[in-house]
Amino acid sequence: MQFKRFIEIGRVAYIAYGPSKGKLIVIVDVIDQNRVLVDGPCTAVKRQAVNIKQLHLTKFVIKMPYGLRTGLIKKIWEKEEIEKKWAKTVWAKKIASKKLRENLSDFDRFKLMKMKQARNRLINTEFGNLKKKTPRVPIKKRKPNKVIHEKKIKIKGM
Amino acid sequence: MGITRPRNYELGNSGVMRFSATRMYRKRAVYRLKKKGGDKKQPEKKSAEVKKKQIGGDKNGGTRLVRVNRPPKSYQTAEVSRKLKNKKGCFSKHKRNLRTTITPGTVLILLAGRHKGKRVVFLKQLNSGLLLVTGPFRLNGCPLRRVNQIYVIATKTKVDISKISIPDRVNDAYFRRKVLKKPKHAEGEIFEQKKEVYSVSDERKEDQLTVDKSVLEAIRAHPEKKLLFGYLGAMFSLNNRQYPHKMIF
Repeated sequence: MQFKRFIEIGRVAYIAYGPSKGKLIVIVDVIDQNRVLVDGPCTAVKRQAVNIKQLHLTKFVIKMPYGLRTGLIKKIWEKEEIEKKWAKTVWAKKIASKKLRENLSDFDRFKLMKMKQARNRLINTEFGNLKKKTPRVPIKKRKPNKVIHEKKIKIKGM
Repeated sequence: MGITRPRNYELGNSGVMRFSATRMYRKRAVYRLKKKGGDKKQPEKKSAEVKKKQIGGDKNGGTRLVRVNRPPKSYQTAEVSRKLKNKKGCFSKHKRNLRTTITPGTVLILLAGRHKGKRVVFLKQLNSGLLLVTGPFRLNGCPLRRVNQIYVIATKTKVDISKISIPDRVNDAYFRRKVLKKPKHAEGEIFEQKKEVYSVSDERKEDQLTVDKSVLEAIRAHPEKKLLFGYLGAMFSLNNRQYPHKMIF
């Protein structure tokens, strides 16, 4: 497999756990094999060293020199509209929907269940109608292969 | 300075705090602040302990200071055993608490008893601290009933029941269990004797109807009445990967 996303300067990453969990940051400098210096001026993450294991890399890379100051990072970040682009990704949408689901109340869950039932009912009736319209193709019955059958018996007998 | 953190903290995930209430009281030393500022109570004037008394006779000095309340002449030599005082008082005088999430009209999920899993409407807290609850009976078969609040999940869903009036006779005594008479052996034949069977009294049926009528009206006034009817009629259950301690109700 070929890796496409690397720890590199300007790589935008998602913090998977820890105190600033769920926030986007950009890698400013690589300290060693385990840690990188990150900064997230637009997402309220202070410039700090972070373990690489905490980071999930996104597909976005900001073009910038290493060790760029916070203010400048903010400028580029806003210019590139990273957060807007991030919100459009499937990944971000999944996170958002997960959060939405977590915050559902018991009544909301009940309503969701009812809506799903209604949708499935529509789909199933439509599917049934289509099924009725299309002519049935008779399934051909396979003839048993005599030759192989005989061979098997022979082998058994040996 | 940044945000100050609380000095007390939990030990692991045990639910036990590092410092006890008394130790935190010492540490925080709020009592000292109270002394400094705040309203000082003026000390009550003590009634005079001693009184001047005129004394007759030449060589007695004219007046003498005499105690108003005389001390007892004799003291008991042995200590009398006393009953310890109960700070809480008897059960009827206990302080009743109600979870803040439970207010009149809240939809509750029952967790115990024969109606467990049902969603019911909370009406009010009775004097004993138990919750008065109704299904409504027509929707899920749960009658007017008392429930302990620890066996209940409070949901965010609420029905506006401010206009509801509950009959005064529906109190704790109303729900007391009636003692059913057992047949005595001596009387009559063995097989002809009948046990007294519990049956719902007429007044209960009547109250159920009157209360439920107004509750149902209140539900009808809810913007999502159709779904709410279904909701109250449906049982609560958990599916795969649903963890009640992580869910919002």
